[in-house]
Amino acid sequence: MKTNDFSSSSSSSPSDRRIGALLRHLTAGTDADRVSSVFASPTSGGAGGSVFAHLVQAPEDAILGVTIAYNKDPSPIKLNLGVGAYRTEEGKPLVLNVVRKAEQQLINDRSRIKEYLPIVGLVEFNKLSAKLILGADSPAIRENRVTTVECLSGTGSLRVGGEFLARHYHQKTIYIPQPTWGNHPKIFTLAGLSVKTYRYYDPSTRGLNFQGLLEDLGAAPQGSIVLLHACAHNPTGVDPTLEQWEQIRKLMRSKGLMPFFDSAYQGFASGSLDTDAKPIRMFVADGGELLVAQSYAKNMGLYGERVGALSIVCKAADVAGRVESQLKLVIRPMYSNPPIHGASIVAVILRDKNLFNEWTLELKAMADRIISMRKQLFEALRARGTPGDWTHIIKQIGMFTFTGLNPAQVSYMTKEYHIYMTSDGRISMAGLSSKTVPHLADAIHAVVTKAL
Amino acid sequence: MAMRIRNSASRGTMMSRQISGLRSMSSWWKNVEPAPKDPILGVTEAFLADPSPDKVNVGVGAYRDDNGKPVVLECVREAERRIAGTSFMEYLPMGGSVKMVDETLKLAYGDNSEFIKDKRIAAVQSLSGTGACRLFADFQKRFRPDSQIYIPVPTWSNHHNIWRDAQVTQKTYHYYHPETKGLDFSGLMDDVKNAPEGSFFLLHACAHNPTGVDPTEEQWREISQLFKAKNHFAFFDMAYQGFASGDPARDAKSIRIFLEDGHHIGISQSYAKNMGLYGQRVGCLSVLCEDEKQAVTVKSQLQQLARPMYSNPPLHGAQIVSTILGDPALKGLWLKEVKVMADRIIGMRTALRESLEKLGSPLSWEHVTKQIGMFCYSGMTPEQVDRLTSEYHIYMTRNGRISMAGVTTGNVGYLANAIHEVTKSS
Repeated sequence: MKTNDFSSSSSSSPSDRRIGALLRHLTAGTDADRVSSVFASPTSGGAGGSVFAHLVQAPEDAILGVTIAYNKDPSPIKLNLGVGAYRTEEGKPLVLNVVRKAEQQLINDRSRIKEYLPIVGLVEFNKLSAKLILGADSPAIRENRVTTVECLSGTGSLRVGGEFLARHYHQKTIYIPQPTWGNHPKIFTLAGLSVKTYRYYDPSTRGLNFQGLLEDLGAAPQGSIVLLHACAHNPTGVDPTLEQWEQIRKLMRSKGLMPFFDSAYQGFASGSLDTDAKPIRMFVADGGELLVAQSYAKNMGLYGERVGALSIVCKAADVAGRVESQLKLVIRPMYSNPPIHGASIVAVILRDKNLFNEWTLELKAMADRIISMRKQLFEALRARGTPGDWTHIIKQIGMFTFTGLNPAQVSYMTKEYHIYMTSDGRISMAGLSSKTVPHLADAIHAVVTKAL
Repeated sequence: MAMRIRNSASRGTMMSRQISGLRSMSSWWKNVEPAPKDPILGVTEAFLADPSPDKVNVGVGAYRDDNGKPVVLECVREAERRIAGTSFMEYLPMGGSVKMVDETLKLAYGDNSEFIKDKRIAAVQSLSGTGACRLFADFQKRFRPDSQIYIPVPTWSNHHNIWRDAQVTQKTYHYYHPETKGLDFSGLMDDVKNAPEGSFFLLHACAHNPTGVDPTEEQWREISQLFKAKNHFAFFDMAYQGFASGDPARDAKSIRIFLEDGHHIGISQSYAKNMGLYGQRVGCLSVLCEDEKQAVTVKSQLQQLARPMYSNPPLHGAQIVSTILGDPALKGLWLKEVKVMADRIIGMRTALRESLEKLGSPLSWEHVTKQIGMFCYSGMTPEQVDRLTSEYHIYMTRNGRISMAGVTTGNVGYLANAIHEVTKSS
């Protein structure tokens, strides 16, 4: 853009004259330098520089950053035990048969359109999801006391639930287990809640610190929100027994603590959808209220499609109706309405008896493969005479094993053995195969016997 | 016998009291008020509930063909056929599909944009336009907490919700001139001038929602110059690229002017309308930075905001966009199909205006053809709109905004007649 003398009125366009008048008005009384700076060359980036120049680069996400580092590694023996995405025995991602069938059905249906879903999402999906987690015969569903909204996988369900609580619940503190998924504290903090922790994992037993858990929840202020992993605790794989769940339930109800379940692995933990939902159903059975965030990322392999649901079980149907209307006010300014594709796939599968049954078999196969990897790793360590008690590998449940390795040991395994995991020593069993178990066992043996 | 029954009855009562003891406690949510219906999405809900065979939905901005049917573009169907059965559905990175973002930036910044070459743009895939605006608002709050956002009057109602939930202070600027049903240019320029230096402004890149009133190219140049003088930040919401004139490059003119003038802008792009991908929630947020290093930094911070909201964006819609824009033949087909949609709407504007004039309306309906894009700001009052709904089963938002995409050769006569009836005495 050339520098013009806009103050002259000869041979200039109407807009030039207007700009000239404007400038004279704006710059009256200032010196020429300021005037000329307005006409700096187009790529000079404006007089003030960027409004975001003060930013520093954010650290890589601890979990997703592992895969990024893994991808950069050229070693042929590298092993990714970082993010919890299922892999087959061949180390390949898996798309379930039922998902491919559902996809085909959707493609072949030319009557399907891509209109906006309602703010609450695909209604049929919502109903089926509530039945899946609460049980088809759940009294809460029968009595219309549940509101379910489709959300962006587990993350989105937790965030929407958190924002709802921050606005409408009288207690703004949520207690999360120590440790927990790294994204939990960030989600709830940004949702507007304050985050505290309760004891959960006992490093000395590599099991549940049940006494500590009961003490901490017992000491929490009346009405506090408590985040509970429904099954297959992430990252430890340590779950309470049913008897322990019953004690937790009694304690929480006596103190009016609000349960917020994160259900990311229903069916993946034990291989049975109903078994893995039992703790939630115990809480629903006592007639009380709760929130549950469901994810279909792992159990239906729909990771990238971001499919999940938030259900809030209320005391009465009219309450559920009002709660739903307020959930919509949280969702609309966040993303207006949820994505249609993944939820449609889930609905096709859940509504069809045959597809549903086929899904339960595929789910059990994934869970069984993981259980088999646990056994194999345990045996491999025993065969090497690796010092220490490794029974936690077969006692822990779900996709992850909390090895008990420290960050220095993890770092050594990455450098020397090209094995990638999060620095808290969590390994994704889903990333293992019979072929790679020996490599991992060698690495663990090496770091444990070294003085690190 | 009676004794036994009494005992078991009382045991039963005791048990049910233990359980119902919880039920008798009141709900934690009893103080939750019923929320008001969304002013836009609530219209479609009401429309769907109406049993009248004459009903017309000119509420929400979703395109309809001349039979009033929603459209899935052929290029989209073909892209889906190619994708089906091939995708592994793995998580996208937090910033979304790189391929989709790259193609999307070309649309906004130009195929040969120096800013793309120099890697100066921080960009992430977003949950359509809403998600892009929200991410930017959260970003603005986090890194410029003392800033405020200037929003035009009127605007898409959800803009206010978005910046409010991000807890960014809102101000407004003059935009629509009710008397002329056009742009209040001097009011706009006054507000831009009077805003504190370095203010953040929300601009509709083209096809302003809800008015359909856009600045001329000349006016955009003047706005840009004034922005420079005031060091303001321009955030463009571009939800209708291609839909306004039928030509995506032309519809991005306002953005290109600001880029030429050296502004570091932010852009929200949506594929909801121009690719008909509404429910897929596909869009892009971009922020032009000083250099590549800063772009990397800004992108990393945008991802930090996305991670606790949804972790990573949905895959399917992004795959559709990449497939189409990455294939010259499919992209050519898309451009044709967008033009067909834009042309049909322009045709309906003409038809509606002519019908109203033929009916002998005492009012001027010039604005129907002057305004551009999916919406026509009719100038009708809420009371007149209510009459249209209750007497004629015509559904639109109470600000008098008509979604021209919902007008067809089949209903334009009925619509014109109804509008004439409720406005002829005003």
